[in-house]
Amino acid sequence: MTTPSTAIKAPETLRHTAVLGIGSYRPSRVIPNAELVAAIDSSDEWIQQRSGIIERRWCAEDETVQSMSVSSARDALAYAGIDAAQVDCVVVATVSHMLQTPAIATAIAHELGTDKAAAFDISAACAGFCHGVAMASDFVRSGTAKYALVIGVERLSDITDPDDRGSAFIFADGAGAVVIGPSDVPGIGPVVWGSDGEHYDHIRQREDWRDVVASHSPRMPHLTMKGNEVFRWATYEMAKVARETLDKSGVTVDDLDVFVPHQANMRIVDAMARALRLPPHVAIARDIAYQGNTSAASIPLALNAMVESGEAKPGDTALLIAFGAGLAYAAQVITVP
Amino acid sequence: MATTEEIRAGLAELVNEVTGIDADDVQLDKSFTEDLDVDSLSMVEVVVAAEEKFGVTIPDDEVKNLKTVGDAVGYIEKQQS
Repeated sequence: MTTPSTAIKAPETLRHTAVLGIGSYRPSRVIPNAELVAAIDSSDEWIQQRSGIIERRWCAEDETVQSMSVSSARDALAYAGIDAAQVDCVVVATVSHMLQTPAIATAIAHELGTDKAAAFDISAACAGFCHGVAMASDFVRSGTAKYALVIGVERLSDITDPDDRGSAFIFADGAGAVVIGPSDVPGIGPVVWGSDGEHYDHIRQREDWRDVVASHSPRMPHLTMKGNEVFRWATYEMAKVARETLDKSGVTVDDLDVFVPHQANMRIVDAMARALRLPPHVAIARDIAYQGNTSAASIPLALNAMVESGEAKPGDTALLIAFGAGLAYAAQVITVP
Repeated sequence: MATTEEIRAGLAELVNEVTGIDADDVQLDKSFTEDLDVDSLSMVEVVVAAEEKFGVTIPDDEVKNLKTVGDAVGYIEKQQS
């Protein structure tokens, strides 16, 4: 090892972390299946059977990635009793902020009133929120940050192909946020995360931007997905990841109170719950029925709905597992704030 | 070595567990989609359960060739031999 010319000071102690607050934002437009079926020669019944989705939320013009993020983050800060000025890191997980640079996180941090918080976006698609929680928790744990905001936000309606039979009815819009900070006892367990890039094209933006620009009739690039392959991977490979995550945190399925998988498809939620043999007392997030698949936003949206309804109570032990395009995944056990 | 009938009966049990379809209806000449109304996602669940039960591998690309119960039973027999 090289000997430093001058000793560098670095923190030596680690601290426990927890989710201190949660908030979410549901866009105003309620889109029932009936509005989408004509373009894809389908029916309300078919969509419900294949996905469990009854209706989804899409943004109105003035509901932007930034406005939804700020709204959900303010609710999370109020829940935690933390002032925006105390936040020193803002992590935004999204794939549908259509301005490639700068990161939307800096504008969000500014609008919230943070004091020059570090702010950046991460691109891990549907797995983004749990990646953000893992990173923010480690920042707080090591002293890199004291209070971090993690926001999952999407406006997937902008990049949904209304004519694609396999995905037109799946994707939706919304935002969810959590505040992560120091805690006397561990409130966030170790992450289990990874990627399977061999299948990078199972879920993807169909067109490269440069090809869009070069085409004679440019249009917004859309998401595309290999449904059956994704279903198999998400259900069975992710059940293994879920078990490993519980093991690493020293939690059994019997200890679990709440299960919040990414709301990709109700059939995946159901099949994964069966594969994990979750006991009947575990409350399972099924927010997708009325919200659709909001990618990075789905877990905080679903968890917050359970907190608001009383299905998830402060102190409950919850397993979060997120998975999607990449293919990328991340999971952790948390204590419900 | 399982017989054709044993594999059919085992597969029928799995179809019943995943979809609720009566196991007696799961006969060799029946089409999964047209006769039994097993949709593509349920088919994935049946396939994964069959892999575990019979100790075989059924890749995604192969699943679409398994139109009838007989196709699936034949594939599993071939894999086991």
